[in-house]
Amino acid sequence: MKIGILALQGDFYKHGEVVQKLGHDVLYVKDLATLKKSDKLIIPGGESTTFLRLIEKLKLRDPLVEFGRTKSVMGTCAGLITLATQVDGLPFPPLGLIDINVERNAYGRQINSFIDEVRVNLSGDVVSFEGVFIRAPKIQKRGQGVRELGWHKEAVVMVANENILVTTFHPELSDDLRLHEFFINNFN
Amino acid sequence: MLDKEFLLKIGLAEMLKGGVIMDVTNPEQAKIAEDAGAVAVMALERIPADIRADGGVARMSNPKMIKEIQKMVSIPVMAKIRIGHFAEAQVLQAIGVDFIDESEVLTPADENNHVWKHDFKVPFVCGCRDLGEALRRIAEGAAMIRTKGEAGSGNIVEAVRHMRAVQSEMRKIQTLSKDEMMACAKNLGAPLELVKYVHENGKLPVPNFSAGGIATPADASLMMQLGAETNFVGSGIFKSSDPAARAKAIVLATTHFDDPDIVAQASEGLGDAMPGLEINTIPEEELLSKRGW
Repeated sequence: MKIGILALQGDFYKHGEVVQKLGHDVLYVKDLATLKKSDKLIIPGGESTTFLRLIEKLKLRDPLVEFGRTKSVMGTCAGLITLATQVDGLPFPPLGLIDINVERNAYGRQINSFIDEVRVNLSGDVVSFEGVFIRAPKIQKRGQGVRELGWHKEAVVMVANENILVTTFHPELSDDLRLHEFFINNFN
Repeated sequence: MLDKEFLLKIGLAEMLKGGVIMDVTNPEQAKIAEDAGAVAVMALERIPADIRADGGVARMSNPKMIKEIQKMVSIPVMAKIRIGHFAEAQVLQAIGVDFIDESEVLTPADENNHVWKHDFKVPFVCGCRDLGEALRRIAEGAAMIRTKGEAGSGNIVEAVRHMRAVQSEMRKIQTLSKDEMMACAKNLGAPLELVKYVHENGKLPVPNFSAGGIATPADASLMMQLGAETNFVGSGIFKSSDPAARAKAIVLATTHFDDPDIVAQASEGLGDAMPGLEINTIPEEELLSKRGW
């Protein structure tokens, strides 16, 4: 399978390493032609304000929204922000592909970044996973059809709808392939 | 060395990859930088070109000014300390700066020792001119390296020299046999463990960014093609005739560094770049890249 990874900015190579370990082809997406060749898409961590400016500048908004309506997309941290419906303080609206309200940098600055155990529901099994939270956002509200799939203490840190999976933490920074594998095998 | 604290520090550096970090001296400039697509800003009182022109001792910026910039933008805010000045670092950590730059652009506080960066929760970035210097800083706890270039010169030649030095030394290390590793560590003045890491992985254990002299979109593309993972742009933006347009163009050229058509488009109609300096017209004692070891 060809997994596209949005490579405008951020830790896209980290996602690429995980996808390659799982035995899939990686396409680093910076233009429409490469997006069209992708079977699924991952939007990485990075700076969401930078992502949205470049998406606009490079005229990728409509193609990305169209992709997300028909194919599956995973987003981590800034990727989650980019895919949400309602986020304050962005230069352009997010893509609106998963009905969640998000608060950016909700835990504070880098000094408040942390690594702690999260629990995630992977196809019915709730398992422990390392949660790397870097200037992480929080999901404030989720709409109908959005399922909770992961928790850190009281906070919901992973949600999904039919074809979009998002996390507020960075599974690509942990040496653990299970979340990417879950996305690739279960979202169509 | 990859304990969780360190992973968290490198993690933020990973998030900044493929982007542009811009020097700003007030909240208005910070906003221009964020609006142009900067991934972070470096808050300082004077940009390097002015520090160079003004002379005198350059110190950590006023915390009040840094806090105003923190309020203005949502992207990470970095700030500089003098080499070896761990008390300035403690102050920056106390006000919640996201990354500390132990920088040769400011006047060094300690000519023998750099800060022991493992003691801090906030990640550090340090400059280097070659691989030995990069590995010494990483051993002290730097979570990001930037090649120094010559800050405030508007001249890319030193940035190229330093990036090529690092990349070419890393390629050489990969060809060494086990019994040559210790002599290599001795010659570089770098810890054996890190020399072995480079031998096995062909890269630094932390992200490697470029700084010091980037003034045009093509400069940004050049440094990315030479192996930089992100560009710091200091005086190059706010010493040019149209900072907002130039900032956007450098962001675009950094993302699409491998597409000359886009770099060409980005280079059009930007007005004047900052005036540059011939490196050999700068007196030896005024070269910023010679500070630190």
